[in-house]
Amino acid sequence: MSTTPQDTLHSDKDTESLSGATVRLAGDSGDGMQLVGSQLTNTSALAGNDVATFPDFPAEIRAPRGTRAGVSGFQLQFSSEDIFTPGDELDALVVMNPAAFVTNIGDLQDRGVLIANEDSFADKDLKLANLDRNPLESDDLKKYNLIKVPITSLTRTAVSEVKNAEGNTLGTKEADRCKNFFALGIICWLYGRNLEPTIRFLNDKFGKKRPDVAEANTLALKAGWNYGETAELFERNYQVQPAHLTPGTYTNVMGNQALAWGLVTAANLSNKELFYGSYPITPASPVLEELSNFKNYGVKTFQAEDEIAAICSAIGAAFGGSMALTGSSGPGIALKGEAMGLAMILELPMLILNVQRGGPSTGLPTKTEQSDLLQAMFGRNGESPLPVIAARSPSDCFDVAQEAWRISSRFMIPVIILSDGYIANGAEPWKIPDVAQLEKISISHPGPIEEGETFLPYSRNEDLARPWALPGTDTLMHRLGGLEKEDLTGNVSYDPDNHQHMTNIRQEKVDRIAHVIDPVEVSGPASGDLLVLSWGGTYGACITACRRAREDGMSVAHAHLRWLAPFPANLEEVLKQYKRVLIPELNMGQLSLLIRAKYLIDATQLNKVKGKPFKVSEILRRIREEIDLLK
Amino acid sequence: MSTDLPVLTAADFSSDQDIRWCPGCGDYSILAQMKKMLPNLGVPREKIVFVSGIGCSSRFPYYMNTYGMHSIHGRAPAFATGLKLARPDLQVWVITGDGDALSIGGNHLMHVIRRNVNLNIVLFNNRIYGLTKGQYSPTSPAGKRTKSTPYGSIDNPLNPLSLAVGCEATFVARSIDTYIKHLGATLERAAEHQGTSFVEVYQNCNVFNDGAWSYATDRNIKADHLLELEHGKPMIFGKNRDKGIRLNGMEPEVVELGKGVQEDDLLFHDEKATEPTLAYLLSRMRMDDGFPEPIGVLRSVEHPTYDDGVIAQMDEVTVQKGQGDLNALFRAGDTWEVEAQNT
Ligand SMILES: Cc1ncc(C[n+]2csc(CCOP(=O)(O)OP(=O)(O)O)c2C)c(N)n1
Ligand code: SF4
Ligand SMILES: [Mg+2]
Repeated sequence: MSTTPQDTLHSDKDTESLSGATVRLAGDSGDGMQLVGSQLTNTSALAGNDVATFPDFPAEIRAPRGTRAGVSGFQLQFSSEDIFTPGDELDALVVMNPAAFVTNIGDLQDRGVLIANEDSFADKDLKLANLDRNPLESDDLKKYNLIKVPITSLTRTAVSEVKNAEGNTLGTKEADRCKNFFALGIICWLYGRNLEPTIRFLNDKFGKKRPDVAEANTLALKAGWNYGETAELFERNYQVQPAHLTPGTYTNVMGNQALAWGLVTAANLSNKELFYGSYPITPASPVLEELSNFKNYGVKTFQAEDEIAAICSAIGAAFGGSMALTGSSGPGIALKGEAMGLAMILELPMLILNVQRGGPSTGLPTKTEQSDLLQAMFGRNGESPLPVIAARSPSDCFDVAQEAWRISSRFMIPVIILSDGYIANGAEPWKIPDVAQLEKISISHPGPIEEGETFLPYSRNEDLARPWALPGTDTLMHRLGGLEKEDLTGNVSYDPDNHQHMTNIRQEKVDRIAHVIDPVEVSGPASGDLLVLSWGGTYGACITACRRAREDGMSVAHAHLRWLAPFPANLEEVLKQYKRVLIPELNMGQLSLLIRAKYLIDATQLNKVKGKPFKVSEILRRIREEIDLLK
Repeated sequence: MSTDLPVLTAADFSSDQDIRWCPGCGDYSILAQMKKMLPNLGVPREKIVFVSGIGCSSRFPYYMNTYGMHSIHGRAPAFATGLKLARPDLQVWVITGDGDALSIGGNHLMHVIRRNVNLNIVLFNNRIYGLTKGQYSPTSPAGKRTKSTPYGSIDNPLNPLSLAVGCEATFVARSIDTYIKHLGATLERAAEHQGTSFVEVYQNCNVFNDGAWSYATDRNIKADHLLELEHGKPMIFGKNRDKGIRLNGMEPEVVELGKGVQEDDLLFHDEKATEPTLAYLLSRMRMDDGFPEPIGVLRSVEHPTYDDGVIAQMDEVTVQKGQGDLNALFRAGDTWEVEAQNT
């Protein structure tokens, strides 16, 4: 036995083996698609598959019911192979209403399975979605494997016997709330997924307070499964074998959760209390919410009155000796700019997290984008370089948090962490590390000095880091401030040469980090026709596209940047090994600008700002075009 | 057993930095009183931190031989809150100006006060923007002609003490730069208070707003314009201590003592009143409206502090759940094993 996946339920129909599938559940934002989506994710991960998810929901909490604006979708790819993206085209699509149908059908591949809740395709539903004909009756759907299921009425029947504490049966509204689990039941049957993890979830969540709700959803789930098995609509179902993941214990993590865990771990490894100053904003709020649970881990969270206060409180905590952190999304980071400059000139260690979303201004709060890179690089007054690190996937956030703090505390410099909405809300399996095996982060603070000695708060070690002297330490009393400081003493100085010198030093500090971070790694040929260079959340789509291109015989390599400032020391050398360099980004060309400016190479760019991640096919198509140009 | 804490003097609190305020500036006096008062507290210098924003007044930390942070404009309360949360063992002072605290920093001021973070705020009110060379501030009187209001300001001024009381400050006081004994004593009371202490100091900017407080500092007239508050005592003022404050319905009025008015008819000060009504009424008394302006402690009440609450909650959760264990946290959700492959 290679792995120990949970057994799938037994089905009497023909079962076909697949390497993987991409499934999307789409419905009204009140239909609970995110909930069943994450259940399917969990179940698939427990079955030993590699999984990647893409939840996509509207900014409004309750957009008008049944409208296109209110559609919420959850996409998931599960596979017996290593996967890096939630998939491009859908193998199966569940639509709970006409609005979900129109906004999602374009992504279903020919001969894909389309499961529609036919109960919600009445005239009034069609009208809400701005449709004048029932699309399920259209001939256009012949190319799909359309399965119309009266999900609403079947769900009502399935839960009709359930009684609440007062002995009454569920009302229609409550009964209808179970239909997402009926839909999940069908998908579970179709892909041989075990129902047990979901039933356990329902019992854990509702079993104590609302046993009737747990029971009703369980019945709906099972009814969905049975429907797949007994209705003569499906010819067969499928099975996806476990993936060959590295041995170990796994759990599923979402990006923001992994980030929060990574931060607590970093604090633990460095023997520090974690202080998080933040102000709620999508999609960064879950980090605040998650960290505020960890009071018994020595984590202090402070929900400040605004983003400025949030970062300022973090700087105060850093001065006091905490592992300090502030986090927001683009609009909040814009507010923090002045204080980030202060943190930089104070040369205190701290982390500044930006979970990016679509901009500018309020932009697209719930959609993903990578358009704050230049803000991270330059969004402050004066010469104020800061190191910037970007996470590439949900589980990578765990490592990025630690690496950022390692560098920040070693070099006494604030570090910016970039994540994005796609990473933050996406989930993937994560091999749980043994905390005892993780490398410690050693931090020291100077102790009192002898009589006759003077304390120099802006003296430096070989990393150009100044001493992190903490209030409370006798004889080290010193004053920090945002005015330019004199070398060594840190006293206010307006001396022209000193300002030049200090400016140079602050840049040099960032530059030297290049010597301690990992060199950029290349997957694929070490030299050749095309290098695809990526950063952040586009990692999965880029690496997958490059692999496919190589399978098709193209000479294409992939390099992914973890640090955007400084660039890894070997980057220039790597870039020069290829005839062309392609930089795909979910912005209008921000990394391209930096690469072109710094290395004077004619990089070409692939840009998209549609609030959605890249599809592998989009990148692959562009790779082909680039390769063709070389012929 | 006597403690062997060294006895400090005002000079021990002087840093080695040259003071850059204009000669004659009221800030010197506040600095001097602070240095003189601090040794009384018996708190070691290294346990004291001065945090300031930006402005002439905010240069203060550079001149103190303690820890200090000269931060950015208006945000000192936020730095101080983070510092105090991280390090409840420190004594934290916020030094701010009328522009710094009430204009750009109004939001932070409001929130630090309503949270009741255990720190001390000293607002140097010179009714002008000193550092930027003389524009009007949120406390400049209406009609004030300054560089940026050549035809007179149209803004209604803000009353710092009313604002503080409105945010339910647990300690509210006022003093005057040149009334040094009173200032020292007021700062000391502020330091002793548990929770946010808010002290407004009338400060003369002799370069851009000279004499803004002369009615309260001029030897000949100040007694008629100031009401020195004392807890439990009737509100009497005037050069000859022959005037008092009486309550007429909901409104205060100035009355002359004698002529049928007894001390017992006057309003008695109660800084510990649970309701902030009296403190608010006092904060509203303005010379322009014919009232003496109260100095001293308007309000001093006990209330749990924010930093204590944060720590207490952490302790409580730790007792309930036990010390956090990362290995357990990571395994709290569904997990599965992938075993080594033989192939
Ligand atoms: C973000 C920002 N805006 C504006 C300024 C310019 N500035 C510095 S101090 C100041 C006003 C200071 O007035 P106040 O707080 O009353 O202090 P004072 O100088 O009177 O003591 C202003 C507007 C600044 N430093 N930072
Ligand atoms: S400008 Fe005014 S407040 Fe500033 S130092 Fe000079 S006198 Fe003092
Ligand atoms: Mg002022």
